Amino acid sequence: MDYVHLRRQAASLRKGLFDQGYLDEQFYQLEDLQDDASPNFVEEVVTLFFRDSARLMANIDQALDKCVKDFNKLDVYMQQLKGSCTSIGASRMKTDCSAFRECCRDENIEGCMRSFQKIKREHSVLRQKLESYFQLLRQAGPVECATRPNK
Amino acid sequence: MVSQEERELHVLAVDDSPVDRALISKLLRSSKFRVTSVDSAQRALELLDLESNVNMIFTDYSMPEMTGYDLLKRVKGSSELKKIPVVIMSSENVPNRICSCLEEGAEDFLIKPVRRDDVSRLCNRVLKC
Repeated sequence: MDYVHLRRQAASLRKGLFDQGYLDEQFYQLEDLQDDASPNFVEEVVTLFFRDSARLMANIDQALDKCVKDFNKLDVYMQQLKGSCTSIGASRMKTDCSAFRECCRDENIEGCMRSFQKIKREHSVLRQKLESYFQLLRQAGPVECATRPNK
Repeated sequence: MVSQEERELHVLAVDDSPVDRALISKLLRSSKFRVTSVDSAQRALELLDLESNVNMIFTDYSMPEMTGYDLLKRVKGSSELKKIPVVIMSSENVPNRICSCLEEGAEDFLIKPVRRDDVSRLCNRVLKC
């Protein structure tokens, strides 16, 4: 298996995530924390993020489905989601969360619905891209493998 | 003979967000602290009741049922716990909130995401490590 090629693909995917604004500088902070004691720290935190964000988004879906909209509750849920986005460096999602919160403050339900649809799309795209990235990293293995001589 | 566990300073991290809990725990462990993390202020108080060796508390501000501010007041209102430094973390920069926490005795108020430098700076200042 060509580990060098896989590593290059992973690096390219990663660069794209930053260049296209999906991730910001906070993601570097996560990478900086990864060490021998926690060799999969970044993937673990990202996995936690997608699990928790799915839960929060389900709460928001339910709250939006109700006849009487509780904008305070919607704002609280979105504040939590925005916080998680900020913590992993999910930059586009963070911006969309802020837009949703503005709509909550204005009690603009159509605006909330539109921005929430955008958040869901961004969430899905980010998840796909990061899953591909981590899969490539796993296939490429630790850096030492890249220098293993061919037999 | 003092064990490694006893030599390490013990920090209690309190945050209802699993992502932020993982982050702050890792930040603190990277700075060589022993870390216990819990997901609510109530659980933090239960642990403080059982353990007498917590050297510092890092708590999120916005948590359901009991906020980090409520936890801070309980800690500072307790004769057994009041000497433990408490650091509040929040994703929102709300000046009134920050003032209230500092007036109530918080050591510092950090805006998330918390960085390694924040932890080092606090550690040097508060725990002289």
